[in-house]
Amino acid sequence: MEQTASMATQIWTTVGILLTFCLFSFLYKDNPFYKFAEHLVVGVSVGYWAILLYYNGINPNLFSHLFVFTNDPTTGAEFNTWKPKFDELYYLIPALLGIAMWTRFSRKYAWISRYPLALYLGISSGIAIPVTMKNNVLTQLRGTVVGLGFDWSTSGFLGVPQSIWDIIVILGTISSLIYFFFSKEHKGAWGGAARLGIYTLMIGFGATFGYTVMARISLLINRIQFIRDWWNMIS
Amino acid sequence: MTFHDKLLALDRRWVFLVLAIFVILPILPFVKFSVPVTPVKEVREIYDFIEGLKPGDYILLSLDYDPGSMAELHPVAYAMLEQCYAKKLKVITLTLSATGAQMVEEIVRDVADSCKIYHGFKPERGIDYVYLGYKPYPGIIILGMGMNFRIPFPQDYYGTTLDSIPMMRGIKNYDNVKAVINLSAGNVSDMWVADGNARYGVKLALAMTGVMAADYYPYYQSKQVFGIIGGMKGAAEYEKLCKNPGSATDAMKAQVFAHVVIIIFIIIGNLAYFLGRRKTAQTQESE
Repeated sequence: MEQTASMATQIWTTVGILLTFCLFSFLYKDNPFYKFAEHLVVGVSVGYWAILLYYNGINPNLFSHLFVFTNDPTTGAEFNTWKPKFDELYYLIPALLGIAMWTRFSRKYAWISRYPLALYLGISSGIAIPVTMKNNVLTQLRGTVVGLGFDWSTSGFLGVPQSIWDIIVILGTISSLIYFFFSKEHKGAWGGAARLGIYTLMIGFGATFGYTVMARISLLINRIQFIRDWWNMIS
Repeated sequence: MTFHDKLLALDRRWVFLVLAIFVILPILPFVKFSVPVTPVKEVREIYDFIEGLKPGDYILLSLDYDPGSMAELHPVAYAMLEQCYAKKLKVITLTLSATGAQMVEEIVRDVADSCKIYHGFKPERGIDYVYLGYKPYPGIIILGMGMNFRIPFPQDYYGTTLDSIPMMRGIKNYDNVKAVINLSAGNVSDMWVADGNARYGVKLALAMTGVMAADYYPYYQSKQVFGIIGGMKGAAEYEKLCKNPGSATDAMKAQVFAHVVIIIFIIIGNLAYFLGRRKTAQTQESE
């Protein structure tokens, strides 16, 4: 279906193209065009975040519990009038804790900010520690060892039986842990295991590097596709 | 100055230029060729799972990325959402990325509109899909939804209370959805695995940027997630499974050329380095 872009779309897309070129110009060397685009991104992002966090965070989670807002009935303007509400006054406690965080800007009263921080860290730790233990230690440990089912019939990666890969994973995991164990000198069989560990780690880093290259190239390709589509649009 | 000295002293801007040429050339409109894309098991499992759902089943798509990661995750979002709409699933969408709120709303609307063109019906907001919008602090939101969607999201993105939305009546928490698919460009995936899967036992799959992918494969091996779509290659594979080729499939041509160029540069760089090292050793020996 042939669609024609509106004039506004064409103008804003062209602005996007110009900013893309401004940012790419950094690849040659630092210059005022790059600086302008960089500062614009930072400024727009901060403004966008501030408004978004107000409307999605502070307002529904705090102000709407402490005040009644009404829109202007004729113009529909938001929050034309507001009056206090007294049935949910306990919301003042988190409000005060939030305000206390700002005392960090005062040398004299910075100690007050430790109370909300202590509360926040306490709650976060209470939630995170058991889940992290289960998620990143116990389940991962089980995933590494329980996979060793000695099922020689199931074909895995490259047609090699899955059990072979399971043994390689276990050897790789143990040898990588040995590499990071520094209380015993890396010599003899222990040193050989540590060397196997560093090879395993290098394979891991190689996979991450490969994916990272693909990700960065993806960003470049996306910009080129954007420029190509803009060219098709204006021509 | 010897050849390898010249190579080691090469201005890096030549590398940028060569790479740019080999990325631009394959995606010019008049260059016609395609790259074979073979979906891997971890991508296919997500596709097969969605295909196996019955019309009316609920699925939650958490699109936790921002415009900076559009290149890798937009193709998955479009293909997967269209697949869900075409299967007549009830789709709950949300975002836990601040700068993604408006972008996700556009995706949800765009795909619903394109369904009218390609599938002959338009999914209706509130009946076939709902967009809950954005709320800050992802970990707390994920925990809250485990109790009741209404705790973090009393209203949807458009300000309609959840109880007034037909498809959300009787839908309380993760127990009512068949799976959560998280498209992420940051550590929100960790929170979905920890707070969603480990705490609430949510059936979870991840789609993510290439930079993140290698770090999350252990979760796939331990069956904490049932599928992974990694980077643009994963996105192209998903497009292929959905028979919905888009920007990721188109980009694979440039990816192949770019990777070949980078591999050649790595070989040349290493060759120059080892030649230089041998020359230094020879000089030291002669001294």
